[in-house]
Amino acid sequence: MKLRDLSELAARNLREAILRNSLTTLGVAVGVASLVAMLSLGVGLQTLASDRLTKSGLFDAVFVTSRRDFRGPGGDGPPRKSSPPEKFKPLDEDARLQFAQLPNVVDVYPQIRFLTDVRYAGNSYSTNVLGVPESSRVTSAFDGITGKYFSSPTAEEAILQADFAKELSPQPASLVGKELVLRYAERRAASPEEIAKENDIDKQLDAMMSGGISIVSREKKLRIAGIIESDPSAGIGGFGGGRVFLPLKVAEQLHAAQANDVQDFVRGGGSGKPTYAALTIRAKSPKDVLQIEDAIKKLGFNAFSLLDASKTLRQVFIVFDMFLGLFASLALTVASLGIVNTLLMAILERRREIGVLKALGATDGDVRSLFFAEAGAMGLLGGVFGVALGWTIGQALTWGTTIYLRRQDLPGVKISHVPWWLALSAIAFAVAVSLAAGLYPAGRAARLNPVEALRYE
Amino acid sequence: MPSTQTLIQAEHVSRDYRLGETVIRAVNDLSLEICSGEFLALLGSSGSGKSTLLNLMAGLDRPTSGAIHVRGQNLAALDSQGLARYRRETVGMVFQSFNLLPRMTLEENVELPLRLAEIDRPERSRRVARALERVRLSPRRQHRPSELSGGEQQRGALARALVNQPAILFADEPTGNLDSATGEQILLLLREIQDTLGMTIIMVTHERPLAERFANRIAVLSDGRLIDHFAVQTGVRA
Repeated sequence: MKLRDLSELAARNLREAILRNSLTTLGVAVGVASLVAMLSLGVGLQTLASDRLTKSGLFDAVFVTSRRDFRGPGGDGPPRKSSPPEKFKPLDEDARLQFAQLPNVVDVYPQIRFLTDVRYAGNSYSTNVLGVPESSRVTSAFDGITGKYFSSPTAEEAILQADFAKELSPQPASLVGKELVLRYAERRAASPEEIAKENDIDKQLDAMMSGGISIVSREKKLRIAGIIESDPSAGIGGFGGGRVFLPLKVAEQLHAAQANDVQDFVRGGGSGKPTYAALTIRAKSPKDVLQIEDAIKKLGFNAFSLLDASKTLRQVFIVFDMFLGLFASLALTVASLGIVNTLLMAILERRREIGVLKALGATDGDVRSLFFAEAGAMGLLGGVFGVALGWTIGQALTWGTTIYLRRQDLPGVKISHVPWWLALSAIAFAVAVSLAAGLYPAGRAARLNPVEALRYE
Repeated sequence: MPSTQTLIQAEHVSRDYRLGETVIRAVNDLSLEICSGEFLALLGSSGSGKSTLLNLMAGLDRPTSGAIHVRGQNLAALDSQGLARYRRETVGMVFQSFNLLPRMTLEENVELPLRLAEIDRPERSRRVARALERVRLSPRRQHRPSELSGGEQQRGALARALVNQPAILFADEPTGNLDSATGEQILLLLREIQDTLGMTIIMVTHERPLAERFANRIAVLSDGRLIDHFAVQTGVRA
């Protein structure tokens, strides 16, 4: 029988016992809906977590330190047991340019962190300053800021950490727009020519003895642009520990003396060129991180990323989704039993009809296909309605959660997400389960002896 | 008029049914030849094996032993798909209880064999219209079987049996559920169709007068055996 004729006959048969077939289809729809709702919850939560983590800028970043830095990237790791006797490459401007030319690298920026003395309203406060790269504008690192993010990458502005702001004023919000003064130690590198030009022989000797480095006290006026409550993007290589944040370019221009300058000097390796304690490399996407990490290690630097943590997170979600899917599939299994029952009833009722069809020349395959088509149609309809119902349940869950969160003064979140692949897979799964359920009844109908079927009253 | 060319040849056909421990032989070592264009009546009392023999010749059932050759082809050697093709292309069937599908209109019922034979839609419409015209039911084409009288239903069933232009028409007690006047009309129609189309008709009946009036030949069965067969010279006597 042709497919069109088969479909017409199947549709007619389904219409004739409309109540029973609708209830069976509804059973499939409820099964599919529970599957879609559960998985959409899993997908939604995974998307939410991934978005937050990606926006945090931790998973598309590689943190680079020089191999002569005996401590780990955050400075908290244990000292190495032995130091390899190789020639260490300095983490300087040349290295930074070299990294910037690697494929899939979006940005390379140093970690500029130095001690400072903040002067405000006649008082002095000692604290840490941190340079913030321009890419933080698009990440969620400074979400929830009071005031505004830096107006430009070179704006002479500062963002204060809320606890520090409270030290400056009991009403931290009032600080936005006001000015503060930053006192810091500038590192100056003197070239041998400059030293030779020095007239005072004592100063010339001092300069030569100090390896060409001098420290000068400087001041900088900055406007307070905003105040951030949480520690933005805390963690390794992030901005943790900073209490005053400056645009990275502004922080770089200050040439403030950092911990590694002292280290350079003590080791006698002061080349006169500024070196960085650490560089952060931002990759195009998290999948490029490993390749960049390898390239940097080959160049002779320490490289570290948090990609492994993200992999674990993905694995956890896969297991979570599998469990949700498994439980939801139980509902669909029950629904498939409904299909078996409905079709077996239909065979009993239509026994004589099957006999007539066979007497008129229908093959076993025609009869089997007819019952299959009916099972498949119930699966398809149930699948489509089920996806719609599951999506509605997901939306209701998101709506309810958002209302609850808003009551707690928290921003709403989209906890349920039905991607196109989930919708299509759910429909395909419903059809497959329905066809599997129709396997036995269709086989039984096909095997009916036409003489016995025609005799059936 | 029947030709001398053999269309169906049953050779030592037996059909056994098992009923618990008991084996019932519905057809017992029966041999019969039917010529092309014949109107044969299988006559016998209830349980004589006439319907079983009809089902065997129509390809709805298989003999336990023996062979049935139709146009030289042994039905027992065909697989289920081959038998289905035989029923679809060579055979038309009319039943005592009409067996029109109640969910379909008369037109759709008549169209059903053409759907199974995968005939194109325009050709189907033409053939359905012609078949309904032949049984004089064109005005009732959109009616469901429940809206038709018994005679109309049997005429509809006859149209369905003819629509594939079969070589053989099997009729199992076609007048069994009809009053005598309507039954006679159906048999008159059968004869008319046979005269027009020249097909072979094999009819099961237990009504001897009807068989004698309409058939060319009568085969009498008893206890699954063929006990007599003879030609009826007079044919239809309206």
